[in-house]
Amino acid sequence: MTTVDGPVLPKLIGERVKRREDPRLIQGQATYVDDIKLPGMLHLAFKRSDIAHGVIRSIDTSAAAAMEGVELVITGAELAETLGPMPIGTPFPAPDHYSVATDKVRYVGEPVAVVVAEDRYLARDAADAIEVEYDELPAVVDPEAAMEAGSATLHEGFERNIAVESYWGGTGVNPETAQPEDDSAVDAAFAEADVVVSQRMLNQRLAPNAMEPRGVVAQYEPGREYLTVWSATQNPHILRTLVAAMMGLGEHQVRAVAPEVGGGFGCKINIYGEEYVAAALSRMVKAPVKWIEDRTEAFLTTTHGRDLLGYIDLAAKNDGTILGLKARIIADIGAYEVLLTAMIPTLTGLMMNGVYRLPVVRHELTEVFTNKTPTDAYRGAGRPEGLYFLERAVDMLARELDMDPAELRRKNFIPTDEFPFATQGGLIYDSGNYEPCLDKALDVAGWQEMLAERDAARAEGRIVGVGLSFYVEVCGLGPSAVVPTGGWEHSGVTVERGGKVTATTGASPHGQGNETTFAQMLADHFSIPLEDITILHGDTSVVKQGIGTFGSRSQAVGGAALISAAGKAGDKMKQFAAALLSEHEVAPEDLVFEDGRIQVAGAPEVSKTFAEVADFAYIPVPLPPGMEPGLSEESFFEPENNTYPFGCHISMVEVDRETGEPKLVKMVAVDDCGNVINPLIVDGQVHGGLAQGIGQAMFEEVVYDEDGQPVTASFMDYVMPRAADLPTFELDNTVTPTPVNPLGAKGVGEAGTIGSTPCVVNAAVDALAPFGVTHIEMPLRPERLWRLIQENGGQS
Amino acid sequence: MIPTTFEYRRATSVAEALTLLQEGGPEAKLLAGGHSLIPMMKQRLAEPGLLIDIGGLDELRGIQETDDGEIAIGAAMTHAEIAASDLLHTQAPIVAETAAAIGDAQVRNRGTIGGSLAHADPGADLPAVMVALDATIAILGPNGDRKVQADDFFQDILTVDLGEDEIVTGVCFQACRSAAYAKLEQRASKFALVGVAAALSLDGGSCSSARVAVTGASSHAQRLGGVEDALAGASLPDGAADAAAGAGDALDFVNEDLHGSESYRRAMTAVFARRAIEAAAGRG
Repeated sequence: MTTVDGPVLPKLIGERVKRREDPRLIQGQATYVDDIKLPGMLHLAFKRSDIAHGVIRSIDTSAAAAMEGVELVITGAELAETLGPMPIGTPFPAPDHYSVATDKVRYVGEPVAVVVAEDRYLARDAADAIEVEYDELPAVVDPEAAMEAGSATLHEGFERNIAVESYWGGTGVNPETAQPEDDSAVDAAFAEADVVVSQRMLNQRLAPNAMEPRGVVAQYEPGREYLTVWSATQNPHILRTLVAAMMGLGEHQVRAVAPEVGGGFGCKINIYGEEYVAAALSRMVKAPVKWIEDRTEAFLTTTHGRDLLGYIDLAAKNDGTILGLKARIIADIGAYEVLLTAMIPTLTGLMMNGVYRLPVVRHELTEVFTNKTPTDAYRGAGRPEGLYFLERAVDMLARELDMDPAELRRKNFIPTDEFPFATQGGLIYDSGNYEPCLDKALDVAGWQEMLAERDAARAEGRIVGVGLSFYVEVCGLGPSAVVPTGGWEHSGVTVERGGKVTATTGASPHGQGNETTFAQMLADHFSIPLEDITILHGDTSVVKQGIGTFGSRSQAVGGAALISAAGKAGDKMKQFAAALLSEHEVAPEDLVFEDGRIQVAGAPEVSKTFAEVADFAYIPVPLPPGMEPGLSEESFFEPENNTYPFGCHISMVEVDRETGEPKLVKMVAVDDCGNVINPLIVDGQVHGGLAQGIGQAMFEEVVYDEDGQPVTASFMDYVMPRAADLPTFELDNTVTPTPVNPLGAKGVGEAGTIGSTPCVVNAAVDALAPFGVTHIEMPLRPERLWRLIQENGGQS
Repeated sequence: MIPTTFEYRRATSVAEALTLLQEGGPEAKLLAGGHSLIPMMKQRLAEPGLLIDIGGLDELRGIQETDDGEIAIGAAMTHAEIAASDLLHTQAPIVAETAAAIGDAQVRNRGTIGGSLAHADPGADLPAVMVALDATIAILGPNGDRKVQADDFFQDILTVDLGEDEIVTGVCFQACRSAAYAKLEQRASKFALVGVAAALSLDGGSCSSARVAVTGASSHAQRLGGVEDALAGASLPDGAADAAAGAGDALDFVNEDLHGSESYRRAMTAVFARRAIEAAAGRG
């Protein structure tokens, strides 16, 4: 074989390529919203409610308006004349929700007036000078009490504060009638059970705490009738759609930009009142305006996550065969429904099938308004709640039956040959192969050794427990039928003059590393160096279309769109190359990309360089018949189904007998997210997910007092997990590709928060089992554990 | 997280700071590390009109042995500097170890001992150590300097024996090896939910006298007299548990919040008193 000059380019898919975006992010060279400074820019500050529930009696803005440098002070009622109620993205009934409260406040932090001023400090001083008088109403804090007759109500037309009620069960939904079938099968399953475990469990309220708080800059240019909005958002295209609608503009008049975004975790999916207000006020004052959320505002007003109460019953035979599940879920959704609020808890029930053959399920869901910050997606968004309830219940069953928790799970796994598998909730699991993942996790963790270590520690009088969980989750959101925004993703690939490649993706990253993984894919596709590729994102004037990044979709859906667009560009490029190689009578389909060339497969001497062909595409003389010049292609990818990654997590917890302090001493995660583009980035996603999942199990909780006042509105009281709280994670994986996209990749962004939370609580319960403990509510507060020990006289 | 408007003055000497304090009146606040004051200002819980920065003053710096054999620490010494002091590790390891256990690295790099003592957060670590060591707080005011024993200095929540026109300039205490501090951290703030400092005089395996002080549990750092009495003549470490057993129950007032109820803090006071005594005895 003839050789040619030039380096051989290694394949990059599957390699631990370092994140290309990190140097600028960690050297202060990145542009976040707060770095944007426009000439003549004014600053917003919001006057916010300091009570949980009340009628606004009066707002006196005179002192604020009189301050030198204050451009405008406007109340919610005044703003409502130009800005209507905010849109939501779910089909559920919802009360009107204005960007700024018009007549009533329903949670601490809800805005009641806005100041526009020359600088941020002055704006805040003016906001403090606004006097608001309220007629206070009783705060609705407990979601169960909220549903009782006689409770104060938040919204007219929502009796007993109930936002959503849903029910399904029996043998599932009849696909022909779309109605729940008779659920006598559930009663029958429970009647024939040898054992039933029942537990009330709280999946507590959490604050997402992205490192970068929210922020927005809006610039309305009256002369052009054109609005530009920069926002710390996960989905600039959705922002564009909704801001345009709220402003009475068309999408052709709005550009939305997500510059560098410092974490989202779901809380930056929602389009917030502050974004609409900034756009509206920029038009009103004819100047660009900026608002940057401070950390206190983030605790009070950025959507919270979780807050589901579950009454769970699991029925089984003595041999461990699971017969049925009953779940009654009460979701405390806070004061309003925002973009996806009402949809998130519905995912919980859908995912409670877990990895098991569940013959029957009965599921009841009630979503309840309370005087708290609205909830929405938070990393995992419905799945962590469902898997927590299920995996805790399965663990309780193992304890009740005195079975090894791994073996009980194995016994009930959906067999590998039953995929695709239709769950009781109507989902179709794409692929799964659970036993090898369980075996690998048991092996990596050294499960038997861990049990021996635990028993030896107990013999010494120490309090040690081991825990295991096995999860399945749903990723790759789409398809469009189930995602209110549309479930496709868009990508554009342009081969530039000189043979460099620029690609765009609508999956707007905020920590996912798409600039690296997508470049790896293109580098392999075109066989060119990684540094010859730029991935652009986040700007609707650059990225023609898009949905955004949530639900672990950027690789499975966005990556598939990218590779589809690259395929189109590559095919056209081969046609140009064939024209250039016409003396060799080469057909485009005979050509391959190889080490910076386009060549006949196996014959590198019959080739043109990648750059030569790219240049020819832009000066195509003569233009090959039937072709247009240029190499710029785009693709919309619509997935046929979601993907269902899974994994097994194992942990060990030791509790201080005297203080109740828990310490996580071992954490093993074996995840299966299908094909992996970049194991380093997958590991990073798992690390971050584990930290947040462990954070929920051990540390984090948003707490309100009986008056609806938040008592955890700063990092002095809200316990974030820190590096020193976490052991070295032991990671491994299995690979079960998905058939629903050409990459075989499933998604991994949320895996860590789903498996680790029940795993760690299971370990803590195991630790305290000798004290007669069967359940511990999260987070694992030292005093809570200490009391459980004390209740048993301190003796195991 | 946006403070109100304030004036900032950097004092070039303690004398100048005193003058500025007098001129500023109730509006004036001293700034050293700022790790208590600035968060309060950002929350608008404190709105001083004038900040007088004394953080870098040479007169307030240094860790050394005095002519009469005591150890003196300047008020502007950071927790990180105290934690790194060889002199303290040798002569009074409890002080260096406690400083090393404060907050996180950023807090330790900015926060100062003078600021910690003068602010007297109920969960601050160093006040208990200073009470246990029977430290003397050096104070400078318009009428000259005065000294106050730590025991008398801490009076109530965020309340110390310090006039609005006075400055804490430093602390000094007798060298003491057989002393230790043990704390239960509040998991978010890393302040002490309960922290106990024990300083023992040991005579072979028994304790001739002891000073034991608690922080976090109550409104301010204070001695645990019952424990001290029980320790006199006790053999250690075996007698530690008995001596510490009633430590929490004897407190008049106990804090209570999300992170720890009154009964938990009382129980933890006994646990950490015992741990501190055992650790101190282990140094004997």
